Amino acid sequence: MSDFSALREAMPEIVDGLWLTLAMWLAASALGLVLGLAIALARRFGPVWVDRPLWAVVGVIRGTPFLVQIFLLYYGGPFIGLELDPTPAGLGGLALYGAAYFSEILRGGLLAIPPGHVEAGMCIGLSRLQIVRRIMLPEMTLLVLPASVNMFVVLLKETAVLSIITVPELTMAVTGFGSANFAFSQAALVLAIVYWTLTELTGGLGRLLERRLDRFKLA
Amino acid sequence: MTWELVVLLGWGAVMTAALSIVSITVGLAIGVLICAASLSRVAPLKWFGRVYVSFFRGVPLLVLLLLIYHVLPQLGLDVPGVVAALIGLTLCTSAYQAETLRGGFVNVAPGLMEAGRMVGLNARQILLRIRAPIALRLTLPALVNEAIMILKASSLVSVVGVGDLTRTAQNLASSTFLPLEMFAVAGAYYLLLNIVVGYGGSGLGRLLGLRPA
Repeated sequence: MSDFSALREAMPEIVDGLWLTLAMWLAASALGLVLGLAIALARRFGPVWVDRPLWAVVGVIRGTPFLVQIFLLYYGGPFIGLELDPTPAGLGGLALYGAAYFSEILRGGLLAIPPGHVEAGMCIGLSRLQIVRRIMLPEMTLLVLPASVNMFVVLLKETAVLSIITVPELTMAVTGFGSANFAFSQAALVLAIVYWTLTELTGGLGRLLERRLDRFKLA
Repeated sequence: MTWELVVLLGWGAVMTAALSIVSITVGLAIGVLICAASLSRVAPLKWFGRVYVSFFRGVPLLVLLLLIYHVLPQLGLDVPGVVAALIGLTLCTSAYQAETLRGGFVNVAPGLMEAGRMVGLNARQILLRIRAPIALRLTLPALVNEAIMILKASSLVSVVGVGDLTRTAQNLASSTFLPLEMFAVAGAYYLLLNIVVGYGGSGLGRLLGLRPA
């Protein structure tokens, strides 16, 4: 990477790539979290005919590689009338992938709430919705925080995989620069350092949040 | 979709299984050493362990594979893609396994080790008879989980040209124009392998007489 003018020329593309990585990561995390919560609640409180199919879908998503899912969606989609550009396909795929994992994390959290707390809510005459909103969701949040932060980090790292279906995110932009300038290993090294920094920052923020919320923990 | 294609994908699945088994096994051995380093009282060792775990867990496997694939030839090591892939998978899983094992060792109840001292066991006996077996019981489910993660993550080696299950599906998808079928069958193979690993893990747990802790 001795030729700095080439780097300067490529910089806007790389910066755009970084923003796209961050935007897709945050959007997919938010979508995945909301959808995952919906799945967890539906499976916890819904009838069996809702629980069973969701169990199967979540199992299939968690049991197959993200890369294969993305290929199926992006290359297989057009054959069933689902023609998506790389970026929406990547976002949708990443959100679904996240939703499956988040649903399991959140379901575990719901199941780990001591039944006595729910009973206490019923005893003082809270409605079912109030119990979910005032007791179950807050308690669940504390229980699932570490696993959720972990999942956010996993999703951040999975965004790199989207470069394979030509989403112009960070990995795509930097490796593109690397191959245009015969600087493959330098490009990979820069990527490694940027992702390492981002994952460490996310993990650090998660631990900070955990400490802040620690005071709400019961006993 | 003919039977032949399913068999061809099956060979890809064998490659995927082989890559996963090698990297999980070697990764466990390295993971034990890294875990020992990060639990060590010697500061440089401890820091080496911490940085190792942080780096290889913090970098996407795809980037790690690209890095190894391109850096090794520059160091004069002209290795085939499959070796670069194995190194990448092994480094990645060793960091995860080291962290899992560390969690297991740290969470062994101190009272159990004190009890060992009380009955006159030496440090080595306490490690081998009390600490390690209990840590294994605590970490076996997480290690099985890690095996499943690596099995899935190994799909990324297709990027450095290794003919694993995903690569085979990609090649067949472009030659037959049946991407939907190829990737669905590839997904089914991964699911099958993961179910085998999951059941194998719980069977291993029973074999070792481990109850869920």
